[in-house]
Amino acid sequence: MGLRTPLYDVHVAAGARIVDFGGWDMPVNYGSQIEEHHAVRRDAGMFDVSHMCVVDLRGARVRDYLRRLLANDVARLTQPGKALYSCLLREHGGVIDDLIVYYMDDRWYRMVVNAGTRDKDLEWLRAHAGGFEVSVEPRPDLAMIAVQGPNARQKAAALLDPALAARALELGHFFGSAADPWFVARTGYTGEDGWEIMLPASEAARLWGRLRDAGVAQCGLGARDTLRLEAGMNLYGNDMDETTSPLESGLGWTIAWDPQDRDFLGRAALSAQKAHGVARKLVGLVLADRGVLRSHQKVIVPGVGEGEVTSGTFSPTLERSIALARVPSQTTDRCEVEIRGRLLNAAVVRPPFVRHGKIAIAL
Amino acid sequence: MSNVPADLRYLKSHEWARLEADGTVTVGISDHAQQALGDLVFVEAPEAGRRIAAGEACAVVESVKAASDVYSPVSGEVVAGNAELGGRPELINQDPYGAGWIMRIRPDDKAQFGALLDARAYEAALAAETH
Repeated sequence: MGLRTPLYDVHVAAGARIVDFGGWDMPVNYGSQIEEHHAVRRDAGMFDVSHMCVVDLRGARVRDYLRRLLANDVARLTQPGKALYSCLLREHGGVIDDLIVYYMDDRWYRMVVNAGTRDKDLEWLRAHAGGFEVSVEPRPDLAMIAVQGPNARQKAAALLDPALAARALELGHFFGSAADPWFVARTGYTGEDGWEIMLPASEAARLWGRLRDAGVAQCGLGARDTLRLEAGMNLYGNDMDETTSPLESGLGWTIAWDPQDRDFLGRAALSAQKAHGVARKLVGLVLADRGVLRSHQKVIVPGVGEGEVTSGTFSPTLERSIALARVPSQTTDRCEVEIRGRLLNAAVVRPPFVRHGKIAIAL
Repeated sequence: MSNVPADLRYLKSHEWARLEADGTVTVGISDHAQQALGDLVFVEAPEAGRRIAAGEACAVVESVKAASDVYSPVSGEVVAGNAELGGRPELINQDPYGAGWIMRIRPDDKAQFGALLDARAYEAALAAETH
């Protein structure tokens, strides 16, 4: 038996197919993954993301601590509730994890990290906390439900405390608002509008049931993966890990190079990489031929070199196969992918593939 | 619970086989298999005329989630692949034992069909797999 979220029994009662995900027993779908995917693109869907780890970081010098630890710069967060996406890097520039950090107040930041990297993240955060007198406190008492889709906020707002709902509806993108211990943020992992709602674990089943009754579709990790891939969002462990840097992972935009004297962990390695030129890059692929792209398939760029698919799937919105792939930097607009011994043609594109329900690339 | 029709034969790898009146054997994947794979999005069925051996991987079914080989229950010659699946792979989800058939084979030796698992044995294999 794996780890279980506070919603596990609700998923089982709803007929979800349960799979192991990084040690957690999680719903992969509740019937049709493709229907769940379309529900999020066209209306509203919800995901149990309680397996992700919420960590509260507190202390008078917490800002300095995060400016040292993160490749992106929390000094950019000037308004309470504002969120930032960042990589956590080793000294050699490899990605320990990707995360979202919220600026709560001057002594309190909240981080959400991946479930599969929880233990090493906490170890890293604690190992560097001492010099800054920062406390690192995971919040297993909180559940997290992501409601996503063009109608998600409207459907969920009616079910929240009215004061919190009013503030949540005013939130700009990548902002959150707390009614402690509840916290609502206008963030997500689908390419659609929506909220991620943190709430006491004991209240999660009730909110889930009310959202379902309000017509929010229950969606599993299967749809979460096709949605994030269409949105061109990386998955830690597939598209980047400790052997790849953000510069090789389509995440150069998350590195805050200025101010130049901010000495974040991994900076020297990234600077050297940038100076020498980065040999590989992460791109989007759209398969021209019939078939399905999958991670680890070999990519051949004629006259240039080889690469590898890092995440691949069938895109329900495009109705063809798409992928993220790490390829030589000189790659332009075409490549071939080896699938079961055959070379199939793919177009190289710049993700996202889909944004806010619309196809975002030329087909 | 998955549906296991009593009049079919099965492989442990979740293919079903039906002996037709003309002596050919129709092959598909079981209800259990389509449920486990989830929404199917791509099927590669063998072409007519191809010689295949029992136990040979001769078709591929892919869901959003994963690719899976389909093994032939018998040796023989492929009479037909289900061309409908090219445009409508979801037929396997909707009707795994009917419109979702994958291929038809003229077996070299009908005795091979008789040696396949019957419904009760396949159900037992399913029960053993989930425990």
